Amino acid sequence: MSLDDFVHRTASYWMRGDGPEDEIVISTRVRLARNMADLPFPMLATDRQMEELLHRVNDAIQHPTMKDLGRFEMVPMRQVSELDRQVLMEKHLISPDLVDNPRRSAVILRDDETVSIMVGEEDHLRIQCLFPGLQLKPAWDLASRVDDALEATLDWAYDEKRGYLTACPTNAGTGMRSSVMMHLPALVLTDQIRRVLGAISQVGLAVRGIYGEGTEAVGNLFQVSNQITLGQSEEEIIHNLYGVTRQLIEHERRARQLLMDQNQAELEDRIGRSYGVLRYARRLDSKETMQRLSDVRLGIDLGIITGVSKGILKELMVLTRPALLQMYEGRELSPEERDVRRAALVRERLAA
Amino acid sequence: MICQQCGKRPATVHLTKIVNGQKSERHLCESCANELGELQFVPGAFSFPNILGSFFSADAPPGSPPVQTLRCPTCGLTYHQFTQVSRFGCPQCYKAFVPVLDPVLRRIHGSSTHTGKVPRRGGGRLRLRRELEHLKEQLQEKVRLEQFEEAARLRDQIRDLEQRLSG
Repeated sequence: MSLDDFVHRTASYWMRGDGPEDEIVISTRVRLARNMADLPFPMLATDRQMEELLHRVNDAIQHPTMKDLGRFEMVPMRQVSELDRQVLMEKHLISPDLVDNPRRSAVILRDDETVSIMVGEEDHLRIQCLFPGLQLKPAWDLASRVDDALEATLDWAYDEKRGYLTACPTNAGTGMRSSVMMHLPALVLTDQIRRVLGAISQVGLAVRGIYGEGTEAVGNLFQVSNQITLGQSEEEIIHNLYGVTRQLIEHERRARQLLMDQNQAELEDRIGRSYGVLRYARRLDSKETMQRLSDVRLGIDLGIITGVSKGILKELMVLTRPALLQMYEGRELSPEERDVRRAALVRERLAA
Repeated sequence: MICQQCGKRPATVHLTKIVNGQKSERHLCESCANELGELQFVPGAFSFPNILGSFFSADAPPGSPPVQTLRCPTCGLTYHQFTQVSRFGCPQCYKAFVPVLDPVLRRIHGSSTHTGKVPRRGGGRLRLRRELEHLKEQLQEKVRLEQFEEAARLRDQIRDLEQRLSG
């Protein structure tokens, strides 16, 4: 299989597509937790009850209300190899929990992988919509429509006062976690990130690095999400997150301008070096790959590097993950082999 | 990068520890990291359920039954177990633990009452009531802005809804 085919076949819509503000916002995710009214949550459910859950959900996706929303397929996790489960996780379609505990769970995917529904995670269902760029409203709208379509035949655990009932009280109410993944290299380079992120946690939102912890985020990628799910409507939650995201975009833009005004030569040198490494290196570990890709993406955004697609960061940050690399190679790779193959894949992608 | 412990295998585990503001970094291969126990987080030492559990320390309103003895009649989970795992066992737990639920939810969310979506089918009359509240808010806004044509249209919608709710 050619690399082009592989990329085309494996890339979800959020990885391929363009979206608003995608210079800084990589992707948007909205996740809804839903549970059956008459079954214990997965932690206490018996195997038979979990079978029952999978049956009901499989029936629900055959209903016309679901067919109107696209082509959905349910895959029991125990039929998926461990490598393929890891691939699904690297594409952000399932959680680590489903990779480690496949026995009683399933995933439902829409063919473009914009919608993924985890069955039998901490809650009975986790409906998740992933969009490229900053698209909170479209992601919420779609998630809510999938919720309605499933609710046409399934009875949700819902209480007038507490809202949607979830296994963990931190999700009760809307059951919604909305998040944006942002690329904030200039805020990191200008050492403002700590201050900015500290301010965010004051307003009921959480920030974490995507690969790595806290302010040590590898590849300068940060995920901002709502923490509060009770007492605010879905629209209010999204509105707040949108407002904060817009502010972060503005801060990042200003920091980029500042770097260009005051440290242009140094910045161009750094970006050029990273570009050189990615184009010619023969061994790359994933941490270095992410850091260099972040520099190159910044270079593209600032017009320092031309002729390279801006989608390169998003695409390669996923494709160079261990499981996807091994899927591309069609065999298991040792960590040393992975570094060699990763460098080869990056070289080929940048030369294209 | 080569593992700092054995000096042979490539380092695939990168640890950054911050202890009392002192940052240290280690780069290990998977087998050395396992041997050194760097990947094992001591159970009970520092985990999400424990942090959350401290939110649930029992301070029920006076006059309510002792909280540690509360038990969900549907799934059998006790309140004590709930504080250990920070997870409910089934939807009915929300009813069983009602004496302590409000403070728990308020500590997490700053609120204990849902104001968001109502299920389309299962919501029934609640959905209509919420819609009615929403229309009334809009009506007040239109009157305030002196947009009386809009207001009249909303008033008709409200009457219609009120009839459906009482019918």
